Amino acid sequence: MATLVGPSGAATVEGNHVDGGTLAEVVGWELKAEGLCRGDVCLLVPDDLRSGDGVDAAALWDRLGWPVVRAGDDLYLGAGAEVRAQALTGGVAPDFTLRDLQGEPHSLSDHRGKKVLLVSWAPW
Amino acid sequence: MDLPVWQALQDELAGDGFTVIAVSFDTRAPDESRPWIQAAAPTYPCLLDPEHEVADLYNMVNVPNAVWIDEDGRIVRPSEAAGTGDEFRTMLTGIPPDDLARMVRRRERYIQAIRDWVRGTAGDVVYTPEAAAARARAHTPDDALAFAHFRFATWLARQGRDDEAHAHLGEARRHKPESWAFRRQSWELEEVGKAGGPDFWDAVAALGEEPYYPLPEMERLDEP
Repeated sequence: MATLVGPSGAATVEGNHVDGGTLAEVVGWELKAEGLCRGDVCLLVPDDLRSGDGVDAAALWDRLGWPVVRAGDDLYLGAGAEVRAQALTGGVAPDFTLRDLQGEPHSLSDHRGKKVLLVSWAPW
Repeated sequence: MDLPVWQALQDELAGDGFTVIAVSFDTRAPDESRPWIQAAAPTYPCLLDPEHEVADLYNMVNVPNAVWIDEDGRIVRPSEAAGTGDEFRTMLTGIPPDDLARMVRRRERYIQAIRDWVRGTAGDVVYTPEAAAARARAHTPDDALAFAHFRFATWLARQGRDDEAHAHLGEARRHKPESWAFRRQSWELEEVGKAGGPDFWDAVAALGEEPYYPLPEMERLDEP
């Protein structure tokens, strides 16, 4: 038993094999017949990494050159640099959904039609 | 903290098709952020970002860093210091009056530039989306690895695995040494208040001639 963690969530996995549903939940990419897909983009998944309805996710991330970091048996699958860079420079500001103090979710895309000053701060 | 500054801007410009969205880079959220937000009583979305997700998406390195986004959701000024400069570096001994005046003037001009942009009275403070994209700090493989370490560390910290969390925070800092957000958040996770303590001031002093806040490229921002 290990925990697979990613930008979208965390899930318990058994061994290296990760089913498509779990992968989507954790990293936000879907495993389809044509490859690893998000939006209009699909990346080829080598046959030797597939098994049944899943994939050896850590090995796939390694092949893609995307970050894989570990603590014990648990691992984090990060977003690839080119994916982040493309989102940042590709035309539309990267969307996100975060909660306020009352627990209400807000997305950047809720504010389409307005000019937005997106600004970071910290209590520290 | 800047939250009241952004509230004043929100009060002034909300009727002109504008909103502030503030995100708190606070891995201890909501506890540490709560009193600041409650005191500011913001009417704009004031969001908690314990994993620094927005820093990851926009490749931000500090607070306050700002991105200007137009009505069509396109970036027209990529991440930059939100009108702040380095005058604060003499805060402990007293900021000289001329520096203080420059600091206040620069912030006012940055805010005025936002007003001009929102009201359409000065198109030259924003870039075309293409120019903004060219100026954005596109992620390098080290950036991607650093954010993976950092976000994994926040998960480990939530599990109470502090030693492992700090090991990954160290890796995040190593791969992205220019991130003050990583550095200060790491200190703050070690001990509340450490991010603004002697380690912080020593690190700022060690910058020497290097800026803590590289100035936004904006005409007349720093003219007398």
